[in-house]
Amino acid sequence: MAASQSADTRPLSPHVQIWKWHWTMAASICHRVSGCALYVGIVLLTAWVVAAASGPEAYALVEGFLLSWFGQLALFGFTAAVTYHFANGVRHLIWDGPGFAFAPQHASLVSMVNFAFAITATICIWLFAYLG
Amino acid sequence: MSQSLRTPTSQVRGLGASREGTNHYIRQRVTAIALIVLVPWFIFSAITAARGGYDSVVAWMGSPLIAIVLILAIGSAFYHMRLGMQVVIEDYIARTSTRQALLIFNTFFVAVLFVATALSVLKIWFSAG
Repeated sequence: MAASQSADTRPLSPHVQIWKWHWTMAASICHRVSGCALYVGIVLLTAWVVAAASGPEAYALVEGFLLSWFGQLALFGFTAAVTYHFANGVRHLIWDGPGFAFAPQHASLVSMVNFAFAITATICIWLFAYLG
Repeated sequence: MSQSLRTPTSQVRGLGASREGTNHYIRQRVTAIALIVLVPWFIFSAITAARGGYDSVVAWMGSPLIAIVLILAIGSAFYHMRLGMQVVIEDYIARTSTRQALLIFNTFFVAVLFVATALSVLKIWFSAG
């Protein structure tokens, strides 16, 4: 497999720049990107839990970072990634289980709803965090 | 069936070209179903606890029910994460040696984070009791 990479002259399928952007494509790419972001971002939550077990000084250090502007920005991004990955993940389960909303117009509509859900839910969570 | 190039044994095993059949697919979805419940719970429960600072967080993690659900959430999330990153690595890294190294690193990374968080919650729970 590895040896054939450079010598392979067979035609390639159209790459991402060739395609016209559409909702389902954006939804799919964002699902993977948000998943990868969560993979990295969960280190923050791990640090938070470990700090709580390590004592008040360690906790104050991590809490200070999480409450700084950079920490809040990272947590905001994490929240957006969670809510988007959550909504689009539910859509994947619906595709795999009951198996509806496959028709292009429905799939596009659901993709838009997923983005709208992520934006709304992120705002609600942060309103809850600051005002709740 | 008579047209298939696969051997009868291969068809019965049903493991396909990836040699792991539907294992990955099913585990990804079972952990996803668990996370549908656990993630919203975690977000609201953790924000509420974190608002009160260190004492409130420790009290939250130290309560048995919270600790149990938290470890379930941590376990499902890290397992789901490992499966997801495995697919990303398999999709983009063509070079076998690099791919295998990253797949092993993925497992180690997730295992370390899982053990660190799960033991932290248990420590708080046991010292609270």
